[in-house]
Amino acid sequence: MSALYVLIGFSLLIALGFFLSFIWAVKSGQYEDDYSPSVRMLFEDESLADVPTSKANQKPLDL
Amino acid sequence: MEKQAIIKQHLEFSREDCYHCGEACPSMEVVLGDKCFCCEGCKTVYEILHAHDLCTYYELAEQPGVQLTLPSSLEKYSYLDHPEIQDQLADFVSEQEVRLRLHIPQIHCASCIWLLENLYKLRPGINFSRVQFLRKELSVSYEPSLIQLKELVGLLASIGYEPAINLGTHSSTPRHNKELLYRLGLAGFCAGNIMLLSFPEYLGLTAFEEGEFSQFFPRLNLLFGLPVLLYSAYPFFRSAFQGLQHKKLNIDVPIVLGILALFGRSAYEIMSQTGAGYMDSLAGLVFLLLVGRWFQQRTYDSISFDRDYKSFFPLGANILKKGEVESVPFHTLKKGQTLVIPHEGIIAGDGILLSDAAHIDYSFVNGEAAPVKVEKGEKVFAGGKQLGTSIQVLLRKEPSQSYLTQLWNHESFKENSAVSIGELANHYGQYFTLAIIAISLLAGILWLWIDPAKAAHVFTSVLIVACPCALALASPIILGNAMRIMSMSGMYVKDTGVIEALTKLDHIIFDKTGTITYAHLQHISWEGEPLTTKNISLIYSLVHHSTHPVSTSIKSYLEGQPTEIFQVESFQAEKGRGLSANIQHSHVRIGKANFVNVNQLYKPSQTHAFVSIDHEVIGCFILGNTYRKGLKKMIGELENYSLALISGDHQGERTNLRTLFGEGVPLLFQQSPEDKRAFIQHLQQQGHHVMMIGDGLNDAGALKVSQVGMAISDNNLHFSPACDIILEGKTFSQLPDWLQFAKTSISLVKAAFIISIGYNIIGLSIAVQGHLSPLIAAILMPISSLSIVGFGLLTTTLSSPKKGAE
Repeated sequence: MSALYVLIGFSLLIALGFFLSFIWAVKSGQYEDDYSPSVRMLFEDESLADVPTSKANQKPLDL
Repeated sequence: MEKQAIIKQHLEFSREDCYHCGEACPSMEVVLGDKCFCCEGCKTVYEILHAHDLCTYYELAEQPGVQLTLPSSLEKYSYLDHPEIQDQLADFVSEQEVRLRLHIPQIHCASCIWLLENLYKLRPGINFSRVQFLRKELSVSYEPSLIQLKELVGLLASIGYEPAINLGTHSSTPRHNKELLYRLGLAGFCAGNIMLLSFPEYLGLTAFEEGEFSQFFPRLNLLFGLPVLLYSAYPFFRSAFQGLQHKKLNIDVPIVLGILALFGRSAYEIMSQTGAGYMDSLAGLVFLLLVGRWFQQRTYDSISFDRDYKSFFPLGANILKKGEVESVPFHTLKKGQTLVIPHEGIIAGDGILLSDAAHIDYSFVNGEAAPVKVEKGEKVFAGGKQLGTSIQVLLRKEPSQSYLTQLWNHESFKENSAVSIGELANHYGQYFTLAIIAISLLAGILWLWIDPAKAAHVFTSVLIVACPCALALASPIILGNAMRIMSMSGMYVKDTGVIEALTKLDHIIFDKTGTITYAHLQHISWEGEPLTTKNISLIYSLVHHSTHPVSTSIKSYLEGQPTEIFQVESFQAEKGRGLSANIQHSHVRIGKANFVNVNQLYKPSQTHAFVSIDHEVIGCFILGNTYRKGLKKMIGELENYSLALISGDHQGERTNLRTLFGEGVPLLFQQSPEDKRAFIQHLQQQGHHVMMIGDGLNDAGALKVSQVGMAISDNNLHFSPACDIILEGKTFSQLPDWLQFAKTSISLVKAAFIISIGYNIIGLSIAVQGHLSPLIAAILMPISSLSIVGFGLLTTTLSSPKKGAE
């Protein structure tokens, strides 16, 4: 039965992982605008081909 | 009349929607390829986007564009060059990069997001732009060496997304309430884990009861319960404490009693190894209550309800210094400086006109619909909008001393709303708390006789079961949902308390200009013999040369029709009378009756512009106010309320308004802002509940003192004064439906109260008998709360006016 202690420990760790990811999501502002991401993901990346030329002097936008 | 129909028909044939903004194209003149545009502005935007390969804009949504109201010049934004203003606006400034957020009220669809996030394709120097849709905000990062702020704003304006930059918008940016989300997340996390760990208890697994886990699980639960009590439930403790400080028993007092009883009893049971405790109920209760709060607290970030005069003025102004125009921040303006005010600019302070003549629109300040003509040397007042070409004004007072600011600083604006809005739940909560304390004490004392060992058990059981979770959830869920339904139709309510106030109204007071009429749309019609193509061209050619507001109205009226512009000879404009000229060998005169030589009787309520060609009168243009669509029907539907009209304008429209409103409705004209406020306070002293509906600065005082102040807004970009509700102009005629909906919502809240009291009676009868177990609490409490949430969401959605109409 003492295996239960270990299992409960693991399950709590996983739950804690989800909780921390929720905190991260709130912190990074994902709950502030729930409309534009739903549209943004549908935009065509038609500019991929000319990215190197037109964005050459730019910093990377995201991560 | 027939002639008008002919002209209209002619227009209808050639009508097609603008490719850019979807407005009807009055003429087929503005064409590019196979695409037709309503104006040059829209065509220009299309050309810009086309040249930069940005036509995806038109594929994401149908005719997504925003019609350009005026061709904007960079001159208007020159105040943005001033470093102090730039610092005020920007979030981050360095030599390589400037980051700032701009509020753009026009953002409305997927295409807007796409275009604004592809700004970097339009101009080199823009690194990155991202839209925050709900706040209608654009975050931009740009290189100041490549593009100036002024140019950036000009670029946005040129494609129809002019940012709203003024003193008010930047002093405070609304921050989202992340704290509440953290509390909610923590409570949910703990509630889930506690429930999982309580399963052996729920299922009555005897192996666990006696085994080593019988203490391990409850103690783990206690550990999870602590953060819920200390962090998640904190808002309830604070609110209850604040209530007690003001000697008020609000709804949070019994909630806090319940939470404390739950935690204390559970901690005792667990530590003394006499039971499993009620930690699951505690965490679930706090989680659901926080969900209710979160539902209620979703606010409209893009709308601010408490604006003062500062948000009306731009951040900076142009002054003339040693013969050169220079931009300075608004607050540094001094007496004696010469202001240069561009077309459509707002006059920053009271002063004297140095230019020859100007037309100034004071409709926002005093409610007068027609622009005022000001001559050189005459006074101009702060807040007026300048309609002609650039003018110069000598400042006589600093902006903080102007008539407009003084009006705003009047003490009535500082007073808080006269009537405190009593929240339903708190009102009933008071009696509820007293009843609960009485019942729990009574039951406890009774049990002291029956079985003293169980007295404490019964006492805490009553407090636990009576915790008014369902009661506390009813009002935020139902009114929160009602607010959301209203906002989807363009009625933005400040908070749930306003919905309650709406149901108590008995008087509704209207302002005229901009409220029941369209703010800047002058109705114009032609009366007389049918206009031939040649006559149209003759009239057009004449008014083309004048900037008088009547001329511009006539010009825009004729614009849709085939016109030629002829050579004009011996053009004369007589001040206050009319225009005359020789065009194509004809003598054309447009103006007042005595100018054109007519002795016709006409209604003094409207502005008439008579037209004669070769001394023969062919008819006249009639200019008047345009009332909002559906106004008459709406007034008919408001028969249960006492109505009144109170306007700052002259009484020219009295007869029209009399027929609209009917006999017995007070119609007051030429009222100062002070008069309006006094009128409402007078009604309130007689015990009436008053709603003021207005739009301008002159209504600000009245909006503030009334129980419900409603501001009408046709354009989000426009400033609207402080108020409780912002109503979009297009929703205006549905006002009676919304008033009814507010009443229904409040009845629903009361119905939910009755249901939750039913649950409480069941719970209490169990508790008083001493039969409450953790399992019963774990079933009863969530069921009561969730059923109230379900009831609230379902009924409000079903009873919304939109649903009824379908």
